[in-house]
Amino acid sequence: MPANRFNGFTEYGIGVGLRIPHYQHILEKKPVVGWFEIISENYMVDGGRPLAMLDRILEQYRVVQHGVSMYFGSAERLNRDHLRRLKALVKRTKTPWLTDHLCWGSVDGRYTHDLLPMPYTFEAAKLTARKVREARSYLEVPIAVENVSSYAEFHESEMTEWEFLNEVVERADCGILLDVNNIYVSSRNHSFDPYDYLNGVPAERVAQIHIAGHSKFRKYILDTHDHPVIDPVWKLYEHAIRRVGQTATLLEWDDRIPSFDEVHAEARKAEKFMAAPTPLHAAQTPVAP
Amino acid sequence: MNLLTLQKRMAGALMLPLAAGDHIDPAAPVDYIKPNDRLTSLERLEIYSRSYWYRLFDSLYEDFPGLRAVLGQRAFARLAKAYLTDRPSASWTMRNLGSRLEEWLRRNPTFAGDRLDLALDMIRLEWAHTEAFDAAEKKVLGPEDLLELGPGMRIGLQPYVRLIELRYPVDDLRVKVNAASEEHGTASNAVLKRKAGGLVRRIHSMPPEHIFLAVHRLDFTVFYRRLDAEEFHLLAALGKGLPVGKAMEGALEDSPAPVDELRRRVETWFAAWAEMGWLCSQF
Repeated sequence: MPANRFNGFTEYGIGVGLRIPHYQHILEKKPVVGWFEIISENYMVDGGRPLAMLDRILEQYRVVQHGVSMYFGSAERLNRDHLRRLKALVKRTKTPWLTDHLCWGSVDGRYTHDLLPMPYTFEAAKLTARKVREARSYLEVPIAVENVSSYAEFHESEMTEWEFLNEVVERADCGILLDVNNIYVSSRNHSFDPYDYLNGVPAERVAQIHIAGHSKFRKYILDTHDHPVIDPVWKLYEHAIRRVGQTATLLEWDDRIPSFDEVHAEARKAEKFMAAPTPLHAAQTPVAP
Repeated sequence: MNLLTLQKRMAGALMLPLAAGDHIDPAAPVDYIKPNDRLTSLERLEIYSRSYWYRLFDSLYEDFPGLRAVLGQRAFARLAKAYLTDRPSASWTMRNLGSRLEEWLRRNPTFAGDRLDLALDMIRLEWAHTEAFDAAEKKVLGPEDLLELGPGMRIGLQPYVRLIELRYPVDDLRVKVNAASEEHGTASNAVLKRKAGGLVRRIHSMPPEHIFLAVHRLDFTVFYRRLDAEEFHLLAALGKGLPVGKAMEGALEDSPAPVDELRRRVETWFAAWAEMGWLCSQF
């Protein structure tokens, strides 16, 4: 699925998350990078250094916006101030598509600033899809929702996570930002087969893929984005690419950030999988590692 | 349980202050969370609760280094915990987390011990710093725009210029805290300990000093600039939208300085403000 309506019919290849410690290197060395993903909220300000740096990056690179505060799954309404600022940023970056998470994070006007897991219910899917539609209508840009890592499951759930993802994206008619590391993390925390998840995702809706590292604790895995990508996640990525075709892929590295060259080199490991053959929409399921 | 009820219960539970050892309050309601073969429902919620508290605490910690220096690390941690419990984030951005800290501390002065005024001043300075960092920049009025300056003219003040009146010279302290923090990566432990001790002594013995400060931005860096009282009041009046004549009348009427001297100073001020780009159109 090289280009589709959920990523603005673009073919962006491999990108890197734009992070403050790398500003100077990027502006001075001008590395060849397919595109940068920005955290929208970091630039939803009125002025100053964040926007000045972004403008300099935009002069030379393609940028895609990734949000962390839309909270499509929160039972309350979308925040109008957030949307207004997001739209201004969309106009500035001309992002061909925009992503945020399939999660909730606020209630009663109180914000947790976290990506909290959804109960996989039809009520939640319906509400979430309605909010995705509202946001897209206001922002006038394709939206893709990202599956999150999770550490808790709810008694209320009526379906699997990937069934819930399908339910939301079909109702909202939106794209998917498929985070294969998050699938791996959640599969270990909730004891499911990550390949069942991958095979259950509608390939034609995948607009973008995330890869990242994580941290392993004794009883659970935490999505920390502070390590290289591990082999089982690369294998999942390989399978995802075989299913959906060459898709814009981004490496996330948010903590204990190494040099730009190191992050870029890690991201470019995806290239060998990107050269994969024709998508297998009905791919066989490999044995889970 | 519907979605709203579940979210209210979970948010309420994970926002409960962490107990000893950074464990979640054992009384937190968790009946909606499934346990698994490795973790109880409470342990699963604890992952989120810790994440919530660490994230918000880190944000306050980074935004208020001066307040940490004034209160000490332990008192700061107690204050942060109580503040975040009473005033959970009400904004989609953590940038605004400290926006209600001054108001909260005025209602809860015991968290500042015997340094309430100093702590309040530092909070005001550090919040102004946050605002100045990313506030909008309007079209600058340069010296040529001010040639036709008349008493009926209204001019604006850049949104990134914040004016604060303080009882302590916390600007100097904040700069020293910043410098100490920057040295942290290179100095030896012995040197750091000696310098930290010096800073603590300086805070303990800091005498009050009535100062007028502009917290502003130049080339994307935030600076503090002390102002004369009259200069401060004039800028504040212009920022409120008063015509230049009225602003000068109000700001200078109580000044003991001779008229000629005042005229000279006003010219100097306007030239400096124009040079720094502080003046802008009102619209």
